Amino acid sequence: MIVFILRRLGVMILTALCLTFVVFFLTNLYPNLEKLAKTQGNFRMTDEQVASYLRKEGHLEPLLVKYGQWLGVVPGTTYQGEDGLTGTCFRGTQSAEQVAARPRFCGILQGDWGFSTRFRAPVSAIIAERLGLTGILMFWVMLLMVPSALILGVLAGMREGSRTDRALSTVAITTTATPEYVSGVVLIAVFASSAFGLRWFNGTATSAMENPTFWNFFLPVLTIALYGTGYIARMTRASMAEVMTAQYIRTARLKGVRFRDIVLKHALRNALIAPFTVIMLQFPWLLNGVVIVETLFNYKGFGWTLVQAASNNDIDLLLAVSVVSVFVVLLTQLISDIGYVYLNPRISVT
Amino acid sequence: MSDPTYDGPILEIENLSISFFTRLREIPAVMDFSCVVQPGEAMGLVGESGCGKSTVALGVMQDLGVNGRITGGTIRYKGRDLNGLSQNELRKIRGSEIAMIYQEPMASLNPAMKVGKQLMEVPMIHQGVGTAAARKLALEMIEDVRMPDPERILNSYPHQLSGGQQQRIVIAMALMSRPSLLILDEPTTALDVTVEAGIVDLVKDLGRKYGTSMLFISHNLGLILDSCDRLCVMYSGEAVETGSITEVFDEMQHPYTQALFRSIPLPSADKNARPLVAIPGNFPFPHERPPGCNFGPRCDYFQAGRCDAQEVPMARVKGDDRHETRCLRFREIDWSTPPEPPIATEKARIGAPVIEVDALRKYYEVAANKLFGRGHKQLVKANETLTFDARESETLAIVGESGCGKSTFAKVLMGLETATAGKILYDNREIQDIPIQRRSTATVSDIQMVFQNPFDTLNPSMRVGRQIMRALEIFGIGTSEAERREKMLDLMDLVKLPREFADRMPRQLSGGQKQRVGIARAFAGGARIVVADEPVSALDVSVAAAVTDLLLEIQRNNRTTLLFIAHDLSIVRYLSDRVLVMYLGHVVELGTTAQVFAPPYHPYTEALLSAVPIADTSVRKKRILLEGDVPSAINPPSGCPFQTRCRWKSEVPGNLCETEVPPMRRLADGHQVKCHLSESCFGQMEPVIELAARPGSDGQ
Repeated sequence: MIVFILRRLGVMILTALCLTFVVFFLTNLYPNLEKLAKTQGNFRMTDEQVASYLRKEGHLEPLLVKYGQWLGVVPGTTYQGEDGLTGTCFRGTQSAEQVAARPRFCGILQGDWGFSTRFRAPVSAIIAERLGLTGILMFWVMLLMVPSALILGVLAGMREGSRTDRALSTVAITTTATPEYVSGVVLIAVFASSAFGLRWFNGTATSAMENPTFWNFFLPVLTIALYGTGYIARMTRASMAEVMTAQYIRTARLKGVRFRDIVLKHALRNALIAPFTVIMLQFPWLLNGVVIVETLFNYKGFGWTLVQAASNNDIDLLLAVSVVSVFVVLLTQLISDIGYVYLNPRISVT
Repeated sequence: MSDPTYDGPILEIENLSISFFTRLREIPAVMDFSCVVQPGEAMGLVGESGCGKSTVALGVMQDLGVNGRITGGTIRYKGRDLNGLSQNELRKIRGSEIAMIYQEPMASLNPAMKVGKQLMEVPMIHQGVGTAAARKLALEMIEDVRMPDPERILNSYPHQLSGGQQQRIVIAMALMSRPSLLILDEPTTALDVTVEAGIVDLVKDLGRKYGTSMLFISHNLGLILDSCDRLCVMYSGEAVETGSITEVFDEMQHPYTQALFRSIPLPSADKNARPLVAIPGNFPFPHERPPGCNFGPRCDYFQAGRCDAQEVPMARVKGDDRHETRCLRFREIDWSTPPEPPIATEKARIGAPVIEVDALRKYYEVAANKLFGRGHKQLVKANETLTFDARESETLAIVGESGCGKSTFAKVLMGLETATAGKILYDNREIQDIPIQRRSTATVSDIQMVFQNPFDTLNPSMRVGRQIMRALEIFGIGTSEAERREKMLDLMDLVKLPREFADRMPRQLSGGQKQRVGIARAFAGGARIVVADEPVSALDVSVAAAVTDLLLEIQRNNRTTLLFIAHDLSIVRYLSDRVLVMYLGHVVELGTTAQVFAPPYHPYTEALLSAVPIADTSVRKKRILLEGDVPSAINPPSGCPFQTRCRWKSEVPGNLCETEVPPMRRLADGHQVKCHLSESCFGQMEPVIELAARPGSDGQ
């Protein structure tokens, strides 16, 4: 078991390295750097000014050196300016004595995630805060989505082809066929605007960042959950319908077990084995879903940060977002594999 | 619930008709079926697949699914009509009064629930007992089905048990609340013969112990003979003959029953002197049944204008107790006429050795843990020092239970695997290390295979003729498409399929026809060696006989070496010249068919022979039950592989059996046995199967 987890962690680190390198390469293309220089300085900079700004900030080193510096395996470089030293490991201009007193390495291995040019704050602080906000959102989404999807799926799948099945399947297909930017807009129009006169909820979730309530938080949660609900419910239904035709279900029926107990005691655990993987796959997918919903409801979480970082070529912030994403994806898959073993007694880790 | 004073029949089925309704039409599955099961009686239900025997069982259980419906007749259990009961009332009967044992034990146990819980459920539902009491009952029941270490069994999941153990659990579950009627739906089809013998004995003993009546469904007449008092033969949805075992087996009164007995390999059959008689034609589809007698078109005694003019009712056979037949002409037919004297063929002349196997070993390396991590490697010793030869025009049967390594040997011979050590000489060339991709076209087309399951081995989206032509193309036969097509049509003639079938899709063919295509494909390149891996075990008896005969005929004409892999000793005795018995990767006995089927035996052969059910009332068998399961090939026993289950072990002095693998000993010319037993012990062995002399000619 330990070996298995260690190997998965190894894979995780390797994936993170590859992905961040790709992001690093793309964000460090010269046109992107030029754009960065101009947004940080001013838009009327000449090419020479841009080059000197970039040199001062350490952006003109070879790509691998810069990547090594970001990781913290290559010492940061310093540049002699007119009024002191500038460098990749500190902000602004400092004297030689001050620089000598600072550590030479400043990468993520040293715990330094860099500085966000967009928010003008340390990346680690931004990520922690935004991830926390998205975490709250995700928690409520999962709390709404998973149970309702499972109930829908089990109810539909236990009597395949029945009227309940068809009605519930229609609902599930509809919700999963509606993307968030459609369902979000529709929900806002119906429940939060004067268009229908039903001003039940807030159309924006900005206030939910400090104080989430049912009124300001339900709509974004529902918007994300709806899509996933349909998807998971379809999976659960298919799995449930298959299990209900299995021979051991017939055995249970001919043993005299009540229908309710057949569903709950005999079918459920077997039917959950397949959708479990799908549910766990929803976590990384939610990261993607929140991008739209957070922007739509103006909830400044992780997705919103990603959009901001990308549109401003905020190199350090984008890299940090990538690393976090890779870890979320692989961590959920690890949990999914371990959980699978517990659900399915035929597979063992030891 | 059940009336304790009731003393009538347990189950009475009267004129039962069951149909399945599809969008297109109503498909009658069972028509006008009647039978009575008395208390303590075991009733056998025999027939080929699709004859409706399982539908009857599910009809009794009132579990016909969404599409099935009882369209007529009554099913009375202890006098109560089951058709009229509500779901609630049915639930009280199911599991407590009527219980069922199924064909595939693995599939009928819940994979995600511990065995103990599944057993305890029964008394908890029906007797309303608590967990502790239910557990105690479950423990007792596990001991009743003769399983060691009940506590451990209760705490395991089904996949942790072997097939035989799983079936014992299913039996235990069925008997948990002492039902009055037990329905067994092909309970041993998925199991090995020695395991089957154990299960049949167990069911018989428990039935006697608890006075349970039984409805035993099987396609195997030998099993029915071993386990039932009465039987009912079904054909195409109807009961065609019913009566006591001795009456139906010895004085059959229906042409189908007679044809069925003539098509199974009984000990009296012989491939040259008395070949099997296949039933001509095919089983009719439920919606294409002929008018009048369903068996009419395939019947030797058919009279146009009479047999197809009217519905045939069941008629009582005079003088016999509850013996009925669905035949208009049963009084006119002379049932004692022997079958048409078959065209006896000459025994083929055995030629020079084609394949010589010398000390062949095949070990597989498996990681201890497949899914996660590498773990340490373990060796599966699938084949251990196989040494034998196979000659031109000879049929060599390789016999053994699942896991004995017979299929591994076939794979190595075919080149699907390469050997770990030892040699396979084909025409004095070593081929054991050449995988099939690197074998020459000639070698590949010379060594071919007929597979076990004809349903899976044909490409479902390619026309039959095209598949054979593809084989011809690969074997480099014919230069043009037209030439190959001509050759393909010749092959269709060879396997006795109509030429039009070349343009059909595999799904339009029946199982027997598909297997013929498989044979045509194997012989496309003029194969010299054909490995037939249980070629007829998936087919119904009447079809199996025809396919077997076809295989033998082609073999005789082409002087092919046939390696016939089987677990069914009846068919092996019928068709093979020599037999090789395998156990846990070892050849334990090798000899001519006569030598292997008569004492002295290897102790394993003896047990194997005694386990085979034989559908002949004149056969006297000695019951030798093997204890426990086949040991794992990963961790085989020390010394002799069979020592853990051998009943002769005490006859060998010291601990020789546990310490040394016995040498291959020659008992007679061409008869070898891998055993430590002394000559005198071998001399004492009695025959397992004896044919009691029957008065007059055998009356079939």
